[in-house]
Amino acid sequence: MSRLDQLGLSRNAMLWLLLFVVTFVLAQVSKDLAKEMDARWLMKVPRDLRIPMRGDISDFMSWLVESASFGLFTFTELTRSISWLIEQPYDFVRALVIEGFVRGQGNEAVQVLPSLSWLAVAFVVAAMGHYAGSWRLAIFVGLCFLYLAVFGQWDSAMITLSSILIAVPFGVGGGLLLGIAGYRWPWFDRLMTPVLDLMQTVPIFAYLVPILFLFGFGPVSALIATVIYAMPPMVRVTTLALHNVPSEIREFGKMVGCTRRQMTWRVLVPSALPSLMVGVNQVIMLSLNMVIIASMIGAGGLGYDVLTSLRRLDIGAGLEAGVAIVVLAIALDRLSQAFANRPPPEHSERQLNAMQRHPWLVTCLAVILGTGLVGLLLPAVQQYPAGAEITTGAFWENLVRWINVNFFDQLEASKTFMLVNFMVPVKRFLLGLPWPWVLVLITFAGWQLGGFRLALLCCALTLFILVNGLWAKAMVTVYLCGVSVIIACIIGIPIGVLAAENDRANRIVQAFIDTLQTLPSFVYLIPVVMLFRVGDFSAMIAIILYALAPAVRYAAHGIRSIDPQLIEAGIVSGCTRRQLLMRIKLPLALPEIMLGINQTIMLALSMLVITALVGTRDLGQEVYIALTKADTGRGIVAGVSVACIAIIADRLIAAAAQRKKRRLGLA
Amino acid sequence: MQPKPVKLACRNVWKLFGEGADRLLAARPHPELSEIHAAGLIGAVRDANIEIREGEIFVIMGLSGSGKSTLVRCLSRLIEPTAGEILFDGQDLLRASEQEMIELRRHKMGMVFQHFALLPHLSVLQNVSFPLDVQGVPRAEREAAARDVIELVGLKGRESYFPRELSGGQQQRVGIARSLAVKPELWFLDEPFSALDPLIRREMQDEFLRLQSVLHKTIVFITHDFEEAIRLADRIGIMKDGEVIQVASPEELVLSPANDYVAEFTKHIPRAKVLTVGSIMQPGPPTDEVAGEVSAAARIEDVADRVEASDQPHAVIDEDGAVVGSIGGQAVVDVLVGRGAPR
Repeated sequence: MSRLDQLGLSRNAMLWLLLFVVTFVLAQVSKDLAKEMDARWLMKVPRDLRIPMRGDISDFMSWLVESASFGLFTFTELTRSISWLIEQPYDFVRALVIEGFVRGQGNEAVQVLPSLSWLAVAFVVAAMGHYAGSWRLAIFVGLCFLYLAVFGQWDSAMITLSSILIAVPFGVGGGLLLGIAGYRWPWFDRLMTPVLDLMQTVPIFAYLVPILFLFGFGPVSALIATVIYAMPPMVRVTTLALHNVPSEIREFGKMVGCTRRQMTWRVLVPSALPSLMVGVNQVIMLSLNMVIIASMIGAGGLGYDVLTSLRRLDIGAGLEAGVAIVVLAIALDRLSQAFANRPPPEHSERQLNAMQRHPWLVTCLAVILGTGLVGLLLPAVQQYPAGAEITTGAFWENLVRWINVNFFDQLEASKTFMLVNFMVPVKRFLLGLPWPWVLVLITFAGWQLGGFRLALLCCALTLFILVNGLWAKAMVTVYLCGVSVIIACIIGIPIGVLAAENDRANRIVQAFIDTLQTLPSFVYLIPVVMLFRVGDFSAMIAIILYALAPAVRYAAHGIRSIDPQLIEAGIVSGCTRRQLLMRIKLPLALPEIMLGINQTIMLALSMLVITALVGTRDLGQEVYIALTKADTGRGIVAGVSVACIAIIADRLIAAAAQRKKRRLGLA
Repeated sequence: MQPKPVKLACRNVWKLFGEGADRLLAARPHPELSEIHAAGLIGAVRDANIEIREGEIFVIMGLSGSGKSTLVRCLSRLIEPTAGEILFDGQDLLRASEQEMIELRRHKMGMVFQHFALLPHLSVLQNVSFPLDVQGVPRAEREAAARDVIELVGLKGRESYFPRELSGGQQQRVGIARSLAVKPELWFLDEPFSALDPLIRREMQDEFLRLQSVLHKTIVFITHDFEEAIRLADRIGIMKDGEVIQVASPEELVLSPANDYVAEFTKHIPRAKVLTVGSIMQPGPPTDEVAGEVSAAARIEDVADRVEASDQPHAVIDEDGAVVGSIGGQAVVDVLVGRGAPR
């Protein structure tokens, strides 16, 4: 039996080796071969095969906007009323934190009430920090906001913040309702899961195109994009959290005669609250990420500052705004995590009056009122004095110039080395492959790893890219994603292993990774462009930085979650540390590491599209062009193509990991 | 003594888990276990028939997987039985509408859960008054009622605590108080003490008996612990593989187990804890001079010391004080050491 197994395994390995060799040879010769045989269709997808999907989609969208009607009202009226609905609270919040309440239009406008003073905002945030966590957190977030004021980023940061303040309640509320619906009606859940899957794999830019088309340029469409982008995790978290409420609690609710509504709102949701807060944290961070990116369709704020300075190649201003985004992101993350981890309430013996029960609320109101009144006399209290602002732009500018002057040769050499020896060969290899062979190969992989259905799925998704005439761009996408993921894994997995082996390393790595993950993807572009200018190499570095976290995290988790008995068995058998790692830990952690690679690929693909800003020539660029031209069909088709690549990679790796797990007896 | 009226009865109740359970029961009203397995179903409750009388403690005892938890959930209709009738005061619960069920549960039933099922975000007082809150009882009224039951279970002074600040035993006291807040007629307890340490468990059993001596509820009590069942029950239903294999008083179970399975449980139970004086006495008036009187309903355990220490037998009297027999030291010793035990 075991000999047969061995034979089977090696036969399998032989098969893959053979396929690889054939592929490699094909990549080298097929271009010439095709020329020789006069069969150019092998390399380039013939025009007859293409289906003009993007035109159809664009036409459909135009029809929607121009002439679609639901009888009582037209489609345009519907989108306008949605805009109006979102605009009201947005205007209110914006007036509250930044612009002040005014009456009248344009030059006639008279300020009725000033906005919250910068001191009041910083104080409220610090108070929230203390309420949710500790004095340390209060001081930390207070300082973060002080930083924004002192370094002259206040106004932009408040615009960004007001977008988040609106997007988060919509995202959380909508996610909660959809999640509850999914919990209550299994058919709804089944319907929603593939939609959520798609929403999370379609790159962010692709959302922007149709939204731009339907809602126009401006903060409202940015908000809609943000809500759509940030909602899916909340839906999932809600459904999962409700399912995880102990069955006894549910039975208790039934036994005391709760109606369905009481059951949901008074028993299930409060019981699941700690888990739901994790979802809220995710919504906040995703909203921030998206609000920054949505500056392309008019969100304004810090993202807009970064975008304009990137376009002007104004290094100093870009980095300043970038650092402000980082500061804001970290402050929001720590704050919302503190709320999520807030210990449950404790009893108190005394009867308290309203002021004693809500000391912070009262103090905050007092500070808001106080600074508001003083601010009328003393403008510095109302608005941080421009004269006292410190600008770091020149410092960053000089730093980057200094690096570029003194290390130009080294930077350039490393860039050229990577390009010539690694990136270009991979690119040539992928672009040299005839498309029918790739189609066969992917389908075969699906069949081998997951059976007939997976094969069919892989084949269909590949065909989608083919018939839309995006083959070459898809291959460039795969190349850029592939090289980034390989390097991210080469760096990330050893770090993860180290973190799992060494507690001190673990603490440092965890803090580093946590911070990396809270940063909006946009931020990664800034330093890369400063140092390496535009091009594939810069894109690759940005992708690696963004996608590194899961490779590290899953590797560490995989090794840490190995059954300690197995490791003890290894020690008792006299393994050296090295043998322990190579023979026991790594093989057993392999399925988990594969899932980490899977996540790395997903993040890499989502970042890839954003790197279109630094001049890549892949599907991301296609989406970006569509965005600038408001060409809905083009954007959606390219976006879905990226999603196709993501889904193929996801399903194949998940199937492989599952197989591996089963073979190890872990599943 | 006239038996009390039946409060809750289940007749031919079946619960099969899996696809096509209805079809199987429609085709064959009494399938064998092997047929159920062959159809790919799980027979959690098979043809259960029990009657629970007003004011009695009815214990359903069985090992894990015997279907006892499923049966109690059928009785309260937390799980919809596949077939059968559940009669509560003569009304078939399975025909009740959702609205009727809500009303019944709000006013007539209470349930205590194995893992307490307290709401973590509410204080003790809020937890206990929650069932009344759901019914829309005004705040002052429901909190007064809640304070009463909190005092009844001995948690006075802890009203403002939150569940995680309490020990397991205290948490279950809150669970008990909460289930009593609506003054239910029917009280379900699903392994209420199984999650507690043995010492606390014993204390809680005493507490439970004390409460019942005050409240006289109709109780369905689930346990996997035979000793607990013996200690608490007026009558016990023993379940195995979804079937109720015997329903009897603790004494009857020990004296005449229906089969080897039941006998296996009773074998390890000290007989003195179960048998009453009446079951081993010499009937008829005492022949010799007697040293004193013992009640026929007393457990041997409680009188053994006294009877054994005396050279002369004791007279046995019934509830009305009439002498119905006698019991000597030898008979008690026989029971204590398990010799020649009456079968």
